Amino acid sequence: MRRRSLLAGLGAAAAGLSFSGLAGCTGGEDAKAGGEAARLNLYNWDTYIGATTLADFRAATGIAVKMSLFATDDELFARLAAGNPGFDVIVPSNAYVSRLRISDLLEPLDLAKIPNRINILPKFQNPDFDPGRRYSMPYTWLVLGIGYRKSKVDGVPDSWKWVMDSDRYRGRIGVFSEADDMIELGAKYLGYSARNIPREVIDRVAAMYIRQKPNIKIFHHDEGQDLLLAGEVDIVMEYNGDIAQVMAEDPDLDFVTPREGSLIDSDCLCIPKGAPRPDNAHRFINYVLGAQAGAEIARTIRYPTPNGAALALMPSDYRENPVIFPPPAALARCEYAAFEGLERARLYDETMTRIFVA
Amino acid sequence: MDRPIAEARGLFGFLVVPPTAWLIAFFLAPLGIVWAYSFGENISLTKIVVDGSLDAYAHALQPLYLGIIGKSLAFAVLTTLLCLCIGFPVAVAMAFAKPRTKAWLLLLVMLPFWTNLLIRTYALMAVLRTEGYVNLTLGWGWRSLSAVTRLVGLRMPVFHPLVLLHTDAAVVLGLVYVQLPFMILPLYAALDRLDRSLIEASLDLGASQIGAFARVVAPMAAPGIISGIVLTLIPSVGAYLTPDLLGGPSSLMIANVIERQFRSADDWPFGAALSFLLMYLTLVCVAAQSLAARRRTAPAR
Repeated sequence: MRRRSLLAGLGAAAAGLSFSGLAGCTGGEDAKAGGEAARLNLYNWDTYIGATTLADFRAATGIAVKMSLFATDDELFARLAAGNPGFDVIVPSNAYVSRLRISDLLEPLDLAKIPNRINILPKFQNPDFDPGRRYSMPYTWLVLGIGYRKSKVDGVPDSWKWVMDSDRYRGRIGVFSEADDMIELGAKYLGYSARNIPREVIDRVAAMYIRQKPNIKIFHHDEGQDLLLAGEVDIVMEYNGDIAQVMAEDPDLDFVTPREGSLIDSDCLCIPKGAPRPDNAHRFINYVLGAQAGAEIARTIRYPTPNGAALALMPSDYRENPVIFPPPAALARCEYAAFEGLERARLYDETMTRIFVA
Repeated sequence: MDRPIAEARGLFGFLVVPPTAWLIAFFLAPLGIVWAYSFGENISLTKIVVDGSLDAYAHALQPLYLGIIGKSLAFAVLTTLLCLCIGFPVAVAMAFAKPRTKAWLLLLVMLPFWTNLLIRTYALMAVLRTEGYVNLTLGWGWRSLSAVTRLVGLRMPVFHPLVLLHTDAAVVLGLVYVQLPFMILPLYAALDRLDRSLIEASLDLGASQIGAFARVVAPMAAPGIISGIVLTLIPSVGAYLTPDLLGGPSSLMIANVIERQFRSADDWPFGAALSFLLMYLTLVCVAAQSLAARRRTAPAR
């Protein structure tokens, strides 16, 4: 499951673990025919790969993949900013593709080595966070929305109002603690774009959340699905894939993309600067974008895939699942989350601190 | 002590080098780097210049952040007081127990250290949750009780689970749970060394039980009390995991703000300045403690 709460808490410890895991891979490589050892270091979210993907890739290419895990984008960024410890392929979200790009931490992709990129659906071919897909290939996409317990809420809570601006579910509401998501979604609810939010709208969003605080049970770190499953909250902001995963365990849970629109994220495959084995990295990215490999991943992780060829291979309970693929009307009002510079990040962070303290 | 002093000094030097080197390399040097950051500025996402700027401190001294430090202090003081109230009787019981019982009690106090803090905090969450063990037990008791009252024709209202997790009270409970051994152990060490005959003498000379406690036991245990307070208070102010996992919408403590500066907000100088405000506070506390200790020993000479 993506962004597991235990791992988030263990952030530092997890980083330490993957460090030691890598130590064995960076040194003492024996040269191979292609000039690179048959190894690859992948830095990925937890349970975010197909059950047999790495074994299949090894069978196809002879390259052994060593996967290390991160729990948050921040962790990934901090590791790479301190110097790439030997990762060949990383899986940052789109906002962090921008951050990494600005900080000159990404290697440009050699598109000629990724012929399978034709499998990518047209709407993911040319995103504004990476025009022309020069640095990133889409791995999944995900949409923020509301997860809820059907027996405890009235009808379908298809508006942000029910978590942001109403006391109907007082004491049973969970929202994000991440500053940028909260401010941007608040702006969406008030009818603004999530980009270049005017100062006075930020203040209005903050005032709204401060009013709403007595009704909110918890500001969570992306473990909303666990809180929902445990009965700690009945209505919670979360990513569609996270809720889709717990819906398999509890049929009383559901997910809706609010009618005011929402934020879309896209996790991407990138090659960080200083990757020791860029050739293998390209081969891996190309492999993952293949139809069979993409379908194997989608079958396991139940996130929406941007891979058209893989999608065609998927059964209808995935393709027509309204949680995994929200209806077009809802998606039409969604925007990509974007990184808008350090000043903004700090303004959002301080606004969130004000909300917490109020 | 017939060995030449020079030789003893050589041995001392030999023994003291590794820990000192360790302390410098892995404690003072990293701390120095963070301290330097606190006088720096971000020029890009990943680059910080240390130019002696005091902007980060000016930012950290705003009422918003001072308020959070104040709140963290309040949490920590409350935690320390509770630890003292709970820990003192425990320490007394341990000090006056039979040697065998004493060993067992000591083991019980130490036992939680063998489990990771994160695991213990998650266990506490399982206890306090809406559908946790406390509420399950209470709900079972309530249902049994209402089954009995129904027999005599009385209908009791439906049981509503208590809100225990994600509150300020849960944070204080978690902190007390984690910090209690750090209070008990120094108290026990001080009480165990206590000369029993002095207590007997005070009782023989007509002091009441309470009088003997207040005027003989407590003053002699003072060094243990002060160490216990320092050992409990300082880590509590900087607690991160406990408020993060057990806290509610308003349970933000200063360490949580610092964490965000080093991660999502990417403002290391500001995070470093906030960290060092805590550090300066800690140094003041420790200085006050050693000053108090010196004052106590001075008249004896």
